[in-house]
Amino acid sequence: MTGKTLAEKLLSAKAGVDARAGDYVEAVVDVAMAHDITGPLAFQTFDEVTGGDGEVFTPGRTILTIDHHAPADGVQAANNHNVIREFAAEHGTHQYDVGEGICHQVLIEEGHVAPGDLVIGADSHSTTYGGIGAFGTGVGSSDLGTVLATGELWFRVPQTMRFVVEGDLPDGVYAKDLILRFIGDVGFAGCTYMAAEYVGSTIESLPIHQRLVLANMAIEMGGKTGLVPADERVARVLEAETGSSVELPDDRRSDDDADFASVQEYRAEELAPRVSKPSNPENAVDVGEVVGTDLDQLFVGTCTNGRYEDISLVASVLDGETLASGTRMVVVPASGSVYRKLVRTGELGTLTDAGAIVQAAGCGPCAGYHQGVLGDGDACLATANRNFPGREGSLQSSVYLASPATVAVSALYGEITDPREYDGLPRLDDHALAEVEA
Amino acid sequence: MSDPNSPARAWVFGDDIDTDQIAPSRFIVSSDPDELAQHAFNDLRPEFATEVEDGEFVVAGENFGSGSSREQAPLALTGAGVAGIVSASFARIFFRNCINLGLPVLICPEADYISDGDDISMDLDSGVVENHTTGERYIAEPLPPFLQELVEQGGLKAYTKAKLSGES
Repeated sequence: MTGKTLAEKLLSAKAGVDARAGDYVEAVVDVAMAHDITGPLAFQTFDEVTGGDGEVFTPGRTILTIDHHAPADGVQAANNHNVIREFAAEHGTHQYDVGEGICHQVLIEEGHVAPGDLVIGADSHSTTYGGIGAFGTGVGSSDLGTVLATGELWFRVPQTMRFVVEGDLPDGVYAKDLILRFIGDVGFAGCTYMAAEYVGSTIESLPIHQRLVLANMAIEMGGKTGLVPADERVARVLEAETGSSVELPDDRRSDDDADFASVQEYRAEELAPRVSKPSNPENAVDVGEVVGTDLDQLFVGTCTNGRYEDISLVASVLDGETLASGTRMVVVPASGSVYRKLVRTGELGTLTDAGAIVQAAGCGPCAGYHQGVLGDGDACLATANRNFPGREGSLQSSVYLASPATVAVSALYGEITDPREYDGLPRLDDHALAEVEA
Repeated sequence: MSDPNSPARAWVFGDDIDTDQIAPSRFIVSSDPDELAQHAFNDLRPEFATEVEDGEFVVAGENFGSGSSREQAPLALTGAGVAGIVSASFARIFFRNCINLGLPVLICPEADYISDGDDISMDLDSGVVENHTTGERYIAEPLPPFLQELVEQGGLKAYTKAKLSGES
């Protein structure tokens, strides 16, 4: 019998059986999450299966957020927000309101998720929790409503596609560039039904906020989850952020003789900044191929790259500068906590002095609802995760995806620009160091 | 739910149709299937919502339903009266959502032989998709036993209700 992958180990532990890829299991869910788009529909399922007077199975580990249409951009959105608030009050679940931020960021910041947990979110980017070694996966509202009622859900244990990266990343290359490379290499559906697992010396030296980027965009190659094995750094950073102790599972890596669906190997030194061209994340190319593309809008934010370190990097590039004429920049911090930190450090002022617009924490224009959607013919360079046709507004608009560094440097020129041409970008090591010292 | 064994028109779509294209984000503030149905494929194929009739089929290429987890996407199709979806492959969350809603889905590598406007039918027991316009028959992958059981019990809600009442 071969060894087991991390995904097999995590689901086996939660299902109480020795599960292998391809098995169907019913597993105990540790954390359940829904937001203002998916929550109301999940509550309908919950009411239907419990007969209308049911109790939430684990209210203390159920988290509801208001982030997609926040603040409300219309009456129906505002009514959805009230549905979330009423359900949370009635059942005693956790609830985060308008301005407190994007579900995935809030759950991690507030210490709701620990390494080894099984996290079910009614949002496709629930893969994000794999960045701290939890099995996070996205489901629809019926699944989530069922979890609220029973605390369990069925899973097909996924095969694992392993990405191994060794060596030191060059200046100007970040986790976003890595994941855009992976997605381009295996394709938009290349990891469908599988767990993506990221290992190697490069991954081990990534700060936690960068690991979350890799996990977050696993869904953009079809992944069921995206896993970075948890280590001492995860425990240290979570403890510093939440103030409570974090216990690491004993067994938190794939066995050496585990059966992987495939293994992709990379040398970090050979990697370059990447940009995904419209209208699919898999259209990723080295930045050199799109340098000079005219831009109307720059968007910094989302559950992929709206963290403090991301926005701080953008502020450092824009410090004392102004946006290129004819461009606009929309900045949306991933959480209220990130927003307040930017205020405290003065970086929010740096951004607005440069001409950027800083909006309330939440999902922003990422899904095309509000706060800066694109018009016909507009081109946007975004730190977001998706660039489907019409994703951020008009079907006749174009969205390019890149790292915060590429977006920041491009903002100075009004066209896609190679961030390596800019002298003095913060190195990943600096962030890693700050994280360890924190 | 319409009977997928009755021949009816196929609406054919391409590869990588994501949920933003099935149910555009500006319309999914609603969870009502009838309302969602009025905007199904709004930008991609504006005539779909007005011309689709009860019992017709959606046929697509690879990776149908990719992207966001929004259950509003399959709900827009059930609201439109779609009897079933035949696709070369499905994105994971969308596939789960269809199973959970009891919307018949078959993974059929030969889906691209079906032309827009052909009359087709789906037999879930045998996994056969029949093209009544061309006379062709395509063999789809049967659902795994666990999922077949879930569908036979009427979807996830019925399955969970039975489970909860068994426990109490």
